[in-house]
Amino acid sequence: MNATVITPDLPELEPPRSFYAYKSGLGSWLVTTDHKRIAILYAVTITIFFIMGGVAAAMMRINLVEPNGALLSAETYNKTFTFHGVVMVWFFLIPSIPATLGNFLMPIMLGARDVAFPRLNLMSWYLFVIGGCFTIACLLLGGVDTGWTFYTPFSTMFSNTNVILVAVGVFVTGFSTILTGLNFIVTTHKLRMPGMTWFKLPLFVWAMYAVSLVMVLATPVLAMTLSLIGLERIAHVGIFDPALGGDPLLFQHMFWFYSHPAVYIMILPAMGVASEIIPCFARRKIFGYQFMVYALVGISVIGFLVWGHHMFVAGMSPTATLVFSILSFAIAVPSAIKVFNWTATLRRGRITFEAPMLYALGFVGLFMIGGMSGLMLAAPALDIPLHATYFVIAHFHYVMVGGTVMAYLGGIHYWWPKITGRMYSEAWARFAAILMFFGFNFTFFPQYVLGYLGMPRRYHAYPPQFQLLNVLSSAGASILALAYLIPVVYLGWSLFRGARAGNNPWGARGLEWQTTSPPPKGNFLERPVVQAAYAYDEPSPDGRPAPGATA
Amino acid sequence: MNSSTADLRARGLIAEQFDDAGQQHATAQFGMWVFLATEVLFFGVLFAGYAVCRVRDPQGFLLGSQHTEILFGAIEAGILLLSSATVTFAVNLIKFDERRAVAVLLAITAMLGVAFLVLHGVEYSHEHDEHLMVGVDFSQHGPHARGIELFFFLYYAMTLYHSLHVLVGVCVLATMGVLVWRRKIRSEYTTPLVLAGLYWHLVDIVWIFLFPLMYLIGR
Repeated sequence: MNATVITPDLPELEPPRSFYAYKSGLGSWLVTTDHKRIAILYAVTITIFFIMGGVAAAMMRINLVEPNGALLSAETYNKTFTFHGVVMVWFFLIPSIPATLGNFLMPIMLGARDVAFPRLNLMSWYLFVIGGCFTIACLLLGGVDTGWTFYTPFSTMFSNTNVILVAVGVFVTGFSTILTGLNFIVTTHKLRMPGMTWFKLPLFVWAMYAVSLVMVLATPVLAMTLSLIGLERIAHVGIFDPALGGDPLLFQHMFWFYSHPAVYIMILPAMGVASEIIPCFARRKIFGYQFMVYALVGISVIGFLVWGHHMFVAGMSPTATLVFSILSFAIAVPSAIKVFNWTATLRRGRITFEAPMLYALGFVGLFMIGGMSGLMLAAPALDIPLHATYFVIAHFHYVMVGGTVMAYLGGIHYWWPKITGRMYSEAWARFAAILMFFGFNFTFFPQYVLGYLGMPRRYHAYPPQFQLLNVLSSAGASILALAYLIPVVYLGWSLFRGARAGNNPWGARGLEWQTTSPPPKGNFLERPVVQAAYAYDEPSPDGRPAPGATA
Repeated sequence: MNSSTADLRARGLIAEQFDDAGQQHATAQFGMWVFLATEVLFFGVLFAGYAVCRVRDPQGFLLGSQHTEILFGAIEAGILLLSSATVTFAVNLIKFDERRAVAVLLAITAMLGVAFLVLHGVEYSHEHDEHLMVGVDFSQHGPHARGIELFFFLYYAMTLYHSLHVLVGVCVLATMGVLVWRRKIRSEYTTPLVLAGLYWHLVDIVWIFLFPLMYLIGR
């Protein structure tokens, strides 16, 4: 392993050409096995899915402006929120950071030339696209009205919609998630370059590793559970059917055994992104690196043990309720360690507020609010009155949208110069980040109040006293929608007209900043130099002084 | 080592992302183990469902189990155990380039897999005659009829998913046999065969758990 050249016996390297240029044409993209190109295929696909899910959200918010429903009938409303949930969870949030930024960056951060199984990586994308198109077609032609949770016995006995077809689509997509997770785990274990030890890995890689463990171990459970729902609908017999001695609660256990860890599939990568951005713009080594690692892995492990907190009102035994409640409080500890360490990293930092930093700080704040309200829901005494109200909706949107989407966009901005080789308009980017933060809070904070006042989720109409807060939320949603559209414009402009970015426009540490922007096909033209993670107290390998030296 | 690495790479036997054959082999094998872990979770749902339903109606499950044919189940278990042995011999002999022996062993393994599927098909047809086929033709009477039905729902779900894995395994093993025969898999590049062997052992292990749960509890 002590080879002095990274590619001892590869043929002569081509002249430095970016991974975009070495082959051209749509066909070369559709058969590519280059992890960077696959990342871009994913990015384009999930952006389309995000827009579709966003349109469904907009329709719901328009509908809820009036107490009797301004736009949609009850049936259409049910199908709309199911569409929104299914698309946003499985076709945007779960693949968002891992399949795009993770795919692009993780091998580079390890000093590897590609992921362990490049063809499997491409197959993941195809499964994702096939599953996605199939599911969305079924959701649009006819629709499903069960909500994204497919609760039995409604989904198995009563719903007259395309439950089976949508379940098949999600099943197929699940395998794309499993294969991505498998690829990441094996790549991290086996393809680290010489000198890249486990505790030199950037926290982004650790986050990808932790999330992959969850993907690989939780997703098969969802796949089998959904297939049992399909079998039950076909055979009119099944283990979830109370009329046959089956148990609908068993479905909820199995579903949340996947779907609660799935929440961590969504948030762990966001934590990884924030852990890269904050040290860079505070010019400080991250505070408590090893604790951050243990917190990531701890969250992924404890995340498997808390699913019961979704079922406090479903008829579990008081003992189970108590145990799940305590475990749900326990998982707040590693999450709090992370927030504490991000904050401590800022202390004495030389902070600048570039757009990625604004997104990252917005992420920390919103994640904290979402997490704290999660603690409230972990207490059965509070959860029982708040269950299935807008309080829960607000809680998980603070984590999923305020957390994951903010971090995703922060990561896109942070690594945009690396991925595309060009800069974007910093002023517009800062404006969009700030607008998004306020638009998000205008949309979802009123929903906490609505839930506290008792407005249930998933209703197309509501009593008139809730109108003011609903109108506020819908108005906020329109600001949020605008804030999401602005980056599409300036990032699109940057692709063609943006100033050329150097290899390391932020003065950041990490192997990805040592290669060219955009990177060549095999990721590195010269062997990169491994430093400790976040070596902002040392000069960078390209000769920049240590920005944190004076602190 | 370096010259043989260069030679293997030139012949396309080492992919670009790997430094040498050893790293490639270890990586692929580790990937297979991770995949097998996902399979355990996949079947785990069914085992968990089985446990819950059996606790709810133990008598129904005992009666259901008595409808299965233990002779068939035992022969099938024997077949799979034997096939695990033959595939192990194949995986070990390939290191010595015993091409003919390995190809024959793989063919035997695949045929044993086919025999398993045929026997199980015969079982299914017997169960159909006895009106046990849940969802198609099921009629049982008595206080535990529902427990029996649930037992057979799980029986079909579990054995069908298992048989699907056997079918995939048969196709994979047959392909491996052809590749060995054509000298595409030799001592210098055994990875696909080793992975196929690992997968086949999983198929075997799942049956080792299914057999007592389905056939033995009622006896």
